[in-house]
Amino acid sequence: MTVRTTPGGAATTDAAPLAAQAAEAAARQAYGRLLSWLAWQWRDIAAAEDALADALMAALLTWPRDGVPDRPEAWLLTAARRNLLKAARHRRLTADPAVTVLLPDETTAVTEPATVPDARLRLMFVCAHPAIDAPMRSLLMLQTVLGIDAARIARACLVAPEAMTKRLVRTKAKIKATGLRFEEPEARELPQRLMAVLEAIYGACTLDWNEDSSPEPAASLADEALYLARVAASLLPHEPEALGLIALLELNASRAAARLDAEGCLVPLQEQDTALWDVELIASATAHLAEAARRRRPGPFQYEAAIQLAHASRRRTGATPWADIRLLYEGLVALHPTIGARIGHALASAYAADDVSAGLALLRDIDPKRRETHQAWWAAQAHLLERAGARAGALSAYERALALSRSPALQKTLIARRQALVSSSP
Amino acid sequence: MQFVLTFHQPLAEIERHEHPADGPPALEPWKAYMADLVAAGVMRGGNRLAPPWTATTVRIRGGERQIQDGPFAETREIAAGYVVIEVPSLDEALQWAARSPSSSTGCTEVRPVAAPPA
Repeated sequence: MTVRTTPGGAATTDAAPLAAQAAEAAARQAYGRLLSWLAWQWRDIAAAEDALADALMAALLTWPRDGVPDRPEAWLLTAARRNLLKAARHRRLTADPAVTVLLPDETTAVTEPATVPDARLRLMFVCAHPAIDAPMRSLLMLQTVLGIDAARIARACLVAPEAMTKRLVRTKAKIKATGLRFEEPEARELPQRLMAVLEAIYGACTLDWNEDSSPEPAASLADEALYLARVAASLLPHEPEALGLIALLELNASRAAARLDAEGCLVPLQEQDTALWDVELIASATAHLAEAARRRRPGPFQYEAAIQLAHASRRRTGATPWADIRLLYEGLVALHPTIGARIGHALASAYAADDVSAGLALLRDIDPKRRETHQAWWAAQAHLLERAGARAGALSAYERALALSRSPALQKTLIARRQALVSSSP
Repeated sequence: MQFVLTFHQPLAEIERHEHPADGPPALEPWKAYMADLVAAGVMRGGNRLAPPWTATTVRIRGGERQIQDGPFAETREIAAGYVVIEVPSLDEALQWAARSPSSSTGCTEVRPVAAPPA
């Protein structure tokens, strides 16, 4: 049960590469559907993962020999369910032989529906349950819905693979031990739970977990987050915020090539070379946001996407529309006053009226207890103090921001900016 | 008098109990201890607790329900279970506490049950 086959990681054999490819393709497309259905039926994510991994292994061994079955998904589901029954029989056999006779025989009892019902949304709600630690929600969703293995998630988070595996195993153990229900939330708690699902998906592309200072650049999970957002939107066809999230992730992704300069420092959005932006992703984001706006139910992700889309308009006009951006931040802060939104609002206000003091005042309004350990707050404070000519204050704010930043690119950027300030004549 | 004995264990010991292979032998001394409590006629109830990573903490602050993953405080030793025993006095309760496996690996808290409010 220790073999873990992941979609995309399956080995191919010379004898029958086609069968291996079919297994891999089926796995890629079906992993989340199969796993969520099995986990929902068995109320045990870890056991379902083991059973599905063994089924994928079996497919790789038998399909090249016997040919690819007509319905690969159903084949995998049948095999996985046999594995689950076998494991259950084994457990109960050791616990109580009398019970075993009541269990169906795994070789005959399994019959499958023609199509696998889609329980991925239920799985997403379980993964983003409020009783689960917020950063783990994103990671658990990546692993269960997309089948991304713990080692790759660990690389993206810059944590040791063993530590990541342990965290994921324990989160699944908690879900099982506490009996978290694989059911859609009640209507009154639906908006909040939905938001938690979308936030967990967004969190998957903004992972900031680097606990050990690995020099390796973080392998990004942004593409996977976008895929997850598309799955969520297809399962939530009436939810404009899901579309807003897709637009936001597409806009973030559109700037991947422009984000770092030749030295590996982060380039501020308003200074990025717009020729490096991905036009197709921007067009797709524009369409998604327009579709969301037609539902006339604005939400934080739609506001965030609208802000990013306003930034994107610089590609056509040559100027960042700071006044519009400030207005959008006002809307966002009124709706969802997170510390990140309030920092964005402060910066946009400073730029819109070319009035640094307005921005600094908005930064000061943020609860000192919360801003004290918030890296982005210190970076914004440093930037605005520098613009205001408050050199000493800016330098010490850069120090604080640097001490709090854990991403290598961010550290490099802050060091460069502080250095530029130090060497500029006072 | 009734006393609650709370068994506090270091995380490593709890992890050992949860281990599929090491767990069952590690729990043997506990079974023996519980059997002794029952045989002595002092056992009034109790439970082993699921490991701390299954815990959730709830607070109401400003009328809002806040739910948090994990036990209420990160401490070096974690409550792993408890029993309620009926003994004549603290002396006997302390004797029973000393016999608990947790007293060798972690510690055992002994506390009398309070009388219900008048």
